[in-house]
Amino acid sequence: MNASIKAPKPIVRVPRDDLSPVRVEVASLSKSFGPQTVLADISLSVAPGEIFTIMGPSGSGKSVLLRHIAGLETPTRGTVTINGQDPQLPATRDRFALALVFQAGALFNSLTVYENLALYPLERRIHSKADIHQRVMRALHILSIEGAAHKLPAELSGGMKKRVAIARALVMEPQLILFDEPTSELDPIMSATIAEIIATLKEQIAITTIVVSHDRDLALTISDRVAILHQGRLRAVEKPAALRQSPDPVIQDFLNPKIDIRHPRFKQLEASHE
Amino acid sequence: MNRLTETLEGLGSAVILAVRAFASLPKAPRILKRTAEHGYYGGYTTLPIVAILSFFIGSVLALQAGITMKHFGAKQLIGILVGASMARELGPVMVAILLAGRVGSAVTAELASMKVYQEIDALVTMNIPPERLLVLPRLLAVLLLMPVLTIIANLIGWFGGAIVCAHVDFIGVDPTAYFQSIQRYLAVQDILDGLIKAEVFGFVVMLIACTTGLRTRGGPREIGFAVTKSVVVSLISILVLDYFITKALA
Repeated sequence: MNASIKAPKPIVRVPRDDLSPVRVEVASLSKSFGPQTVLADISLSVAPGEIFTIMGPSGSGKSVLLRHIAGLETPTRGTVTINGQDPQLPATRDRFALALVFQAGALFNSLTVYENLALYPLERRIHSKADIHQRVMRALHILSIEGAAHKLPAELSGGMKKRVAIARALVMEPQLILFDEPTSELDPIMSATIAEIIATLKEQIAITTIVVSHDRDLALTISDRVAILHQGRLRAVEKPAALRQSPDPVIQDFLNPKIDIRHPRFKQLEASHE
Repeated sequence: MNRLTETLEGLGSAVILAVRAFASLPKAPRILKRTAEHGYYGGYTTLPIVAILSFFIGSVLALQAGITMKHFGAKQLIGILVGASMARELGPVMVAILLAGRVGSAVTAELASMKVYQEIDALVTMNIPPERLLVLPRLLAVLLLMPVLTIIANLIGWFGGAIVCAHVDFIGVDPTAYFQSIQRYLAVQDILDGLIKAEVFGFVVMLIACTTGLRTRGGPREIGFAVTKSVVVSLISILVLDYFITKALA
C-alpha cells in the first residue's frame, strides 16, 4: 500500500502594496465596569510580525484587553493604538485590515460557510466576484474545510467552527490578527493543528498576531513573547524561555500547577475566605 | 430616574441608528437585493394575517354600523363608515400592529441573538457597519411594504363589509349601494392620510425593533426580554403616534 503524504498547503497572499504587519501599542490602559476594575495600568508593545500571547487565569482581563486592541471597547484611561492610530475609528479599520477570531467563532448563523468567508470582500468591494471566489476557496483549502463550504455554522462541530473563523480572518488578508482562546473546547490534536496554523501564518505571510489563551503549550511553543495578566495587572512580558525560568511564584504556579490532593487549593481558598 | 435615563438613551440610540443607516445609503452594495428579500419576507409572513383580520374587522364594522344606523334610517351610509374607518384608521393601525408582532419581534430576536453571540462585534471588526448591512435594508423594505399591505387591508376590509351588508338580513344593503357610498364620500385624501400613517408606523416599528435588538446586552435570557420590550414599545408608540398624526392631519 502506498502511503501518500500530503504536501503542506501554501498560504499565498495576493500582493498589496500597503499590506505590512502593524505595531500595536497599549499605554497605561485601565478599564472599569462600574465599581469593578478589570484592567489596571496596562502598558505593552507588540512589534510588527510578532506572535504575542496574553495568558492569565480566568477573569484576569485577557479578553477585555483583546477587545480594546480590536477597538470594541473604550478605555476608561489610557490608549491603544495600531501604527499610531485609534482602532475604534473606522478610518483606522479602513487603513489596516484587522481580524478577530472570536472564542465561539461568531460566525453569521444565517449564512453558509462560503458566504461567511465572502462577506468581507463583497461588502468592502475590494475584489471581483471571481477573485473573491478564488480567495474563499483558497482559505477553505488552507484550513482543510472545503467540504463544509455550503454548510450552515449550526451544522459544524466546535473545531470546524474555529477553523471557519480562522479562514474568514484569512480572507480579510489582515495585517493584525487577534485570536481569543483559539484552542478552548478543542481536543489536543485539533489544538495542535490550530497552533500550527497560527505559527504557519507568521512563517508564510507577514502578519502581527496577538493570541489570548489559557493553553500553556500553545503559548510557550509558538509565541515570540508572552504576557502574563494577573488580577487585571500585567505581571510579566517575557520570551517563552525566560518565562519558564521566572522566579515569580504566581507565574510558576500558573505555568506549572500541581495537583495536590492532600492540600487542595479550594480548601486553602475556603480557609482564607473564613 | 434610571427608567427615564434608559428611555432617553433608547430614543437617542434610535435616532442615531436611523441617521447612520440612511447616511450609509450611497455606500450600500446590493441594497436592492437585500431590501427585496426583507420586503418579501415581511410581506409573505404578514399578508395572510392582514387578509384574515382586515376581512373580519371590515365585517364587524359593517355589522356594528348596521345595528346602530338602522335606528336612524341611515343604512346607506354604512359604506362610507366602513370605508373611512378602514382607510384612515384601522387599516394602517392594524397592519402596523401585525408588523410589530410578526416582523418586528423576529427582527429584534435576530439582531439581539447576533449581538449576544458576538456576530455584531465581528461585523464591527470587519469595518462593515451593522447599520448598513442589517438596518438600512429593513427600513427601506418596510417603507415599501407598508403602503402595499395597507391598501390590501383596506380593500379586503371593504369587501368584508360588503358581504355583511349583503347577507345579514337586518342590514340588507345592496353591495352596489355600499360601494357607491364609499366612492361618493371617501376622498383620496382619506386614503393618503392612512398611507402616511402606515409609513410612519412601519418606520417606527422597524426602528424600535432594530434598536432594541442591537442594544441587547447579556445572555440568551435577554433576547426574550428584548423581543417583549420591542413589541410593547412598538404598540405604545403606534397608538400615541396615531393620536398626534390624526390631529396633525385633521
